[in-house]
Amino acid sequence: MINLKKISKWYGDFQVLDDCSTQVEKGEVVVVCGPSGSGKSTLIKCVNGLEPFQQGEITVDGVSVGGKDTNLSQLRSRIGMVFQNFELFPHISVVDNIKLAQLKVLGRSDDEAHKNAMRLLDRVGLADQADKHPAQLSGGQQQRVAIARALAMDPIAMLFDEPTSALDPEMINEVLDVMVELAKDGMTMMVVTHEMGFARRVANRVIFMDEGRIEEDCTREEFFNTTRGERAQIFLSKILEH
Amino acid sequence: MNYNWDWGVLFREPYLDWLISGFLWTISVSLAAWILAFTLGSIVGIARTVDNDWARGIATCYVETFRNIPLLVQMFLWYFVFPELLPYDAGMWVKRELPMPEFTTAVVCLGLYTASRVAEQVRAGIEAIGQGQRNAGLAIGLTPAQVYRYVLLPVSYRIIIPPLTSEFLTIFKNSSVALTIGVLETTAQARQIEEYTFQGFEAFTAATLLYIVVTSVVMLLMKLIEGRVRIPGMISLGAK
Ligand SMILES: Nc1ncnc2c1ncn2[C@@H]1O[C@H](COP(=O)(O)OP(=O)(O)OP(=O)(O)O)[C@@H](O)[C@H]1O
Ligand SMILES: [Mg+2]
Repeated sequence: MINLKKISKWYGDFQVLDDCSTQVEKGEVVVVCGPSGSGKSTLIKCVNGLEPFQQGEITVDGVSVGGKDTNLSQLRSRIGMVFQNFELFPHISVVDNIKLAQLKVLGRSDDEAHKNAMRLLDRVGLADQADKHPAQLSGGQQQRVAIARALAMDPIAMLFDEPTSALDPEMINEVLDVMVELAKDGMTMMVVTHEMGFARRVANRVIFMDEGRIEEDCTREEFFNTTRGERAQIFLSKILEH
Repeated sequence: MNYNWDWGVLFREPYLDWLISGFLWTISVSLAAWILAFTLGSIVGIARTVDNDWARGIATCYVETFRNIPLLVQMFLWYFVFPELLPYDAGMWVKRELPMPEFTTAVVCLGLYTASRVAEQVRAGIEAIGQGQRNAGLAIGLTPAQVYRYVLLPVSYRIIIPPLTSEFLTIFKNSSVALTIGVLETTAQARQIEEYTFQGFEAFTAATLLYIVVTSVVMLLMKLIEGRVRIPGMISLGAK
């Protein structure tokens, strides 16, 4: 489904990504972790072309992300993405946030988009908040709306960039629960997160990044049970303390 | 001081007519120039934020040029120098057949100058929103143009209502510069009344009052609009 082949990327002289290769199969959940600044966000943004890369090739469902003839907007409309800071559109209501791209990108009718939006709001447990504006919701609620907004496009895969790290601790679980549900429903997911509990529950594979390189790429069992490389060991012991 | 106060002069013909006509010219020049400034300024301001070096470069040149030449100098340049720079036929046409030459020149000059200032506000508004919103729009499949139309602009115009209001008030006050090329707007008419009647204090008091009235009305109107489009739950939009 998602295929990364030898991706390298530089900001000027600084190499953010160094020869990164991995793949996410259909229905697979892959968790990406690693220290701050290791390039996790950059890597995941390359997958839907929000960040350009200089070397290598990424394909999603057979379509080359960096390809000259690729219609990036169309490709992105098929890949959902959820951001650390929610990034709901502040000037329109919750339900309109979920309808916007259905109307403008997929060309659905208002009626169809509305029904779909309400169904998804119900699914993330927020049907009663439909007419509020994003700033009137808590962080956890906003992030669930953001997930619904991405799902409204019937994506073939979902990307998450630290979806819970801007949340107060008591709101983390309401978002993780929605994500676990999604995973169990067979959604293809690539998730940057330090929530190892989430990784233990649903990840098929765990990727550990350090200084722009993919240092570990293994199954969940291998990652948590086997002795890892030194850096991964230190990293793991640090985040598991909490 | 030996001054014969005579407020009645303001209500005698033809002076009352002069004031009214001057006021109407002020309004016409300001509104027409504002439409030009707002439209062009929006385009230039947006161009300064797009992902295209050429568009950004041209827009930056525009802003730096028009913002840094004094308005009075620009007024003279457009009126006296510009027609000479054109090919002969076009120059003659501008000099002889341009409809309402003083008015048109004043509108173009004031509009292009203010556009550079509006552009800076529009750019600042868009930049205040940040990369995250742009990415969120792109990520759900909106095209870059759609991201501007549905995400960035609706929010940034809300943010910049206060500075845009002040730009409009500035264009309105700056319209008095048009008298230097012969537009008989409010200030010019006040001067003319003084020359005919020697009642300069009364004439300029009346002009001042007219400016103050319009300024107050505009501020009130913009406050209303600002309240009307306020985003529920948002405390400050720019702070992110
Ligand atoms: N636009 C940019 N220009 C220059 N350097 C950048 C830019 N964006 C990111 N970087 C650098 O690239 C490196 C990787 O950044 P990235 O955001 O991908 O890290 P991350 O693993 O997501 O970290 P975090 O856990 O803090 O989110 C960092 O050192 C960062 O400083
Ligand atoms: Mg990051």
